[in-house]
Amino acid sequence: MSTPVAELVRWDAARLSQALRAGVVSSEEVTRAHLDRIAAVDGPTGDPDGSGVHAFLHVDAEGALARARQVDADRASGAELGPLAGIPIGVKDVLTTRGMPTTCGSRMLEGWVPPYDATVVRELHAAGLVVLGKTNMDEFAMGSTTEHSAFGVTRNPWDPTRIPGGSGGGSAAALAAFEAPLTIGSDTGGSIRQPAAVTGTVGVKPTYGAVSRYGLVALASSLDQAGPCARTVLDTALLHAVIAGHDPYDSTSIPAAVPDVVGAARRGADGDLSGVRVGVVRELSGEGYEPGVLARFAEALDELRAAGAEVVELSLPNIVHALAAYYLILPSEASSNLAKFDGMRYGLRVVPDGEHVTAEQVMRATRAAGFGDEAKRRIVLGTYALSAGYYDAYYGSAQKVRTLVQRDFTDAFGKVDVLVSPTAPTVAYRLGEKLDDPLAMYAGDVATIPANLAGIPGMSLPAGLSDGLPVGLQVLAPQQADDRLYRVGAALEARLVAKWGGPLLARVPEWKGVPA
Amino acid sequence: MSAISRAEVEHLARLARIDMTDEELDRMAGQLDAVLDAVAQVASVVTDDVPATSHPVPLTNVTRPDVVRPGLSAEEALAGAPEAEDGRFRVPQILGEEA
Repeated sequence: MSTPVAELVRWDAARLSQALRAGVVSSEEVTRAHLDRIAAVDGPTGDPDGSGVHAFLHVDAEGALARARQVDADRASGAELGPLAGIPIGVKDVLTTRGMPTTCGSRMLEGWVPPYDATVVRELHAAGLVVLGKTNMDEFAMGSTTEHSAFGVTRNPWDPTRIPGGSGGGSAAALAAFEAPLTIGSDTGGSIRQPAAVTGTVGVKPTYGAVSRYGLVALASSLDQAGPCARTVLDTALLHAVIAGHDPYDSTSIPAAVPDVVGAARRGADGDLSGVRVGVVRELSGEGYEPGVLARFAEALDELRAAGAEVVELSLPNIVHALAAYYLILPSEASSNLAKFDGMRYGLRVVPDGEHVTAEQVMRATRAAGFGDEAKRRIVLGTYALSAGYYDAYYGSAQKVRTLVQRDFTDAFGKVDVLVSPTAPTVAYRLGEKLDDPLAMYAGDVATIPANLAGIPGMSLPAGLSDGLPVGLQVLAPQQADDRLYRVGAALEARLVAKWGGPLLARVPEWKGVPA
Repeated sequence: MSAISRAEVEHLARLARIDMTDEELDRMAGQLDAVLDAVAQVASVVTDDVPATSHPVPLTNVTRPDVVRPGLSAEEALAGAPEAEDGRFRVPQILGEEA
């Protein structure tokens, strides 16, 4: 092979797909290139506070190479393969992988090896993708920085002293550091979109129920949604098409056809949005948003207008209460979902000293040792919001706010085809900056949370840099109209990349680790 | 007045089966008080005529045909158990000494 490895890891999945089909490279070569890159920049395993990116919690080099060789053999024998066959992928450690550790970033599940694959993982294998390993995350997906992983932080490839976003910081950083061309994330309140925004990558939270949650370790069951992460809109669509679809193993899975997201991404790439109505959400802009973020957002709106879209501002008045409602609904559902981690059937068991130790004492000691601060905070908050005397005022009211937010979106989508906003109010902040101030961290989710409450799909894509750090733009569409995200996203991406003279990630500095 | 007291946090932690140190209780009470203060607004923006939404997609009573399909073997189900015996999970005593 004549292509240097350093270049191969910078190719997007669509280009790798072409090269694999043309026989220019083998999956084994592509896979090895990414494993080498991981070895070079991710930092040594077991050194979580070192100076590596630390996007991965577990790398299965042997398994990945074996699968890559299998795909190469299948291709050589003339088998019909999907477009992403032979391409490496990282999977967020919240999805179960048969025979591969799954920790959810928690001591509670350290060393646990699931006996089954999540449906998403099964779909990846069926499509011939090569799973490299599991990516880092805030514990049980609770957090916006990946600092709440029990196994050490992930660093932002744009600046190793800054957060990669969260909870899926590992999946986003792996893309921006060229450790994988594709990753899987999960998004309960923004955990795919916010990391995409602060790392200059693309991430989509599909419509609730569009991608199976079977084997996705539950945080808040009415909000959780797995989705695709990549470096381009087209790659994200190609991965979306692989993992979406009805699953009889998930009773909340939508029994309907998947919109043609790949077709929409290809169509959008011509940069023409004539006749498309774009709504700017008045409440998700202005106060609380950094000037640099607003500047990039305004420039992106100019590009949308130049593409022929009709851009109007509109108001979703109840969105201002979405953050408060979310931080009641999420802890309530989380306190229930995390009750199963009790040291009885799998995972950690801590037995306190003494004779006649009861199961309850073991549970209390296990959960004290197994959960980190943020998980404990949310479990206690949820227990409070669901307790007699407070239920109506907190959880009950929050569910009503959810109705109001849904109605606002229904009204808005009667007037426009998509809504747009900045994905996050700030660029990546410094590691440690908001560690002791959970409220400040929660405030960063203000623009992403409404989509989870309403079950609608959302995308984040790069809108440019502010002080050398990426800014994300969010596109929202009605339920089951995920294809609209891809058409508008691809058109905006095409115009911005042309304006920049190349993709934003071409400007990410070469990884040098943490300055001394 | 604070929304949540340290004694309440202690009670909730017991309900949630999490042992907490004095230092943890102090810290958590302050942080949760601030969070509750920020989220309490939800009660003032809704009225009785607004229905609650528990789920974003209106699917109800999803069932499958009642036919046998493969599941985990006992061995697989027990593979991650902290302790197992005779094909079952082994757990500490369920009842206290005085029971």
